[in-house]
Amino acid sequence: MMNPENYLILAAILFSIGAVGVLVRRNALVAFMCVELMLNATNIVLVAGSHIHGGLDGQVATFFVMVVAAAEVVVGLAIIVSIFKTRRSTSVDDANLLKL
Amino acid sequence: MTVLEFAAPVLEWRALAPILLVLAAGCLGILLEAVLPHHLRFVAQMSLVLASVVLSLAFLVINWFRGISGVLAMGSITLDGPAYFLWGALLVFGALAFMVFSERRVNGGVTAFAASAAAVPGSVEEAESARAGREHTEVFPLGLFALGGMMVFLAASDLITLFVALEVFSLPLYLMCAMARRRRLLSQEAALKYFLLGAFSSGFFLMGIALLYVYSGSFDLAAIHDAVTASVFGEGLLIAGLALLGVGLLFKIGAVPFHSWTPDVYMGAPTPVTGFMAICTKLAAVGALLRVFYVALDGERWTWQPLLAIIAVLTMVVGITAALTQTDIKRLLAYSSIAHAGFILTAVVGASQIVPAGQATSAASIMFYLAAYGFATIGAFALVTMVRNPAGEENGLAGWAGLARKNPAVAGLMALFMLSFAGIPLTGGFIGKWAVFTAAWRGGYWWLVIVAALASLVGAWFYLRVIVVMFGQEPAKGTFVGSASAWTWIPVVIGAVATLWLGMLPDSVMQLATFAGTFLR
Repeated sequence: MMNPENYLILAAILFSIGAVGVLVRRNALVAFMCVELMLNATNIVLVAGSHIHGGLDGQVATFFVMVVAAAEVVVGLAIIVSIFKTRRSTSVDDANLLKL
Repeated sequence: MTVLEFAAPVLEWRALAPILLVLAAGCLGILLEAVLPHHLRFVAQMSLVLASVVLSLAFLVINWFRGISGVLAMGSITLDGPAYFLWGALLVFGALAFMVFSERRVNGGVTAFAASAAAVPGSVEEAESARAGREHTEVFPLGLFALGGMMVFLAASDLITLFVALEVFSLPLYLMCAMARRRRLLSQEAALKYFLLGAFSSGFFLMGIALLYVYSGSFDLAAIHDAVTASVFGEGLLIAGLALLGVGLLFKIGAVPFHSWTPDVYMGAPTPVTGFMAICTKLAAVGALLRVFYVALDGERWTWQPLLAIIAVLTMVVGITAALTQTDIKRLLAYSSIAHAGFILTAVVGASQIVPAGQATSAASIMFYLAAYGFATIGAFALVTMVRNPAGEENGLAGWAGLARKNPAVAGLMALFMLSFAGIPLTGGFIGKWAVFTAAWRGGYWWLVIVAALASLVGAWFYLRVIVVMFGQEPAKGTFVGSASAWTWIPVVIGAVATLWLGMLPDSVMQLATFAGTFLR
């Protein structure tokens, strides 16, 4: 059996890739996918925690995270599509009207 | 081993009625959208919203009188004094905000929300739906879902409920931000920014939850408290989890350095929605922050107190210095709300929970502060919707010049709310500031109180600037005060009366907040 700490390290790496991705990528869709990567890294932590503690709580929590992530996609894509239809661009750099 | 053993959850229907009513009315509202013809929807939705909130408030009061409390819904919601007080405040502010949602006269017979949010701005479809007098009455059920989510959020006693509630109230808010009737590009941009940053912060929030789970083996706040006290293993996990969870909560409160969404979103969102967000989101997030940090992470307070103290200082300083240079009233109020988040955080840092009888704890002083801040905020944003130019709302401060000569009532009431924000005596804001500073002082953070007092002194300057612009300058051309219906005036008048009442006779509300006491573990 592998040491469960390895899963935490894997999750930390994925989470960091996601967080850096949100900060550096300019496309709203890609940035949003990076957020999803962060959520999935969390799922790994939850399942690993469930294994460490020998309970099912963490695994059940994973389902909640998945459902919430799906709901977030619905709302997020609605917003990104509507702004794309208006501007023909999903770049977050083009959305700059609110800077004063 | 029988894996498929299933025990039906036990729900305390009566105690949970305030939440269930609000959420059920939200579901019913969606159904009404599907079955009612266009011209009936507005009245039906509006009546449903107000009826459900009033009924929910009635249940809340009765339950509190009967002293119903405890951990409910299979250990996922804690109903205690602070939960009662904050739920009541949320419902009152929610009802007032929904009244501003219903305002139509000032906009020329339609609400402030887009005729068709899905149509491209400037397109034929948009013009057609505007001509047909369509309105997005979906904002009412969305608002109810947001309100219900906030109520669960501040009472959640396990971290999974906390996370789900966070999303339940955030997702409708993202959509409501995108629904302005005028200046739709700004509105959509605000929604995009709010959504991306909100999703980003909820990623951190969730990672914090997961790490706390790995540390303690439970999502339950009380169990985490026991684990922190017993300090089983992995201090690193605990501190990382605490910090990441804190990031998510501080983002919703709008504390520096997690504030960057606030001015853009407050400015781009439809003003009634901004008013709703400005107080209700802040109130729910502060409630949840208090619960998580005082109930679950109390044993770790030597770690988070200094960190939060630094964030409180940054929040006050950045909020106030940025507000000094703003030329847009909604942006100014956004930075002001950041500064107020800093003042609230001073009492959170103080964490004085055991106090002499009759004195206010940190939680009680923060609850009073939120009540005073909320009435002024609701009133101020309702007044912002009334100052107009031919194209729509006039948000530029230059357009507000000499407003007192055009409409002394509007200018005078705005001045009252500004004085309350600034913390001038005889307004609710003064007593609120006094209470939170006392709590911080008692907690041993006297230097933080001095910084906060200096900050609020500097902050008074930009609130006074708004008053000087309205009363001391020549009237600006092209700006006028729109004639609003009772739906705007009721929140404004209630806000003004409550601001004065909380300033002159604060005892009753202060006693209620003190009676609400501390959090149940």
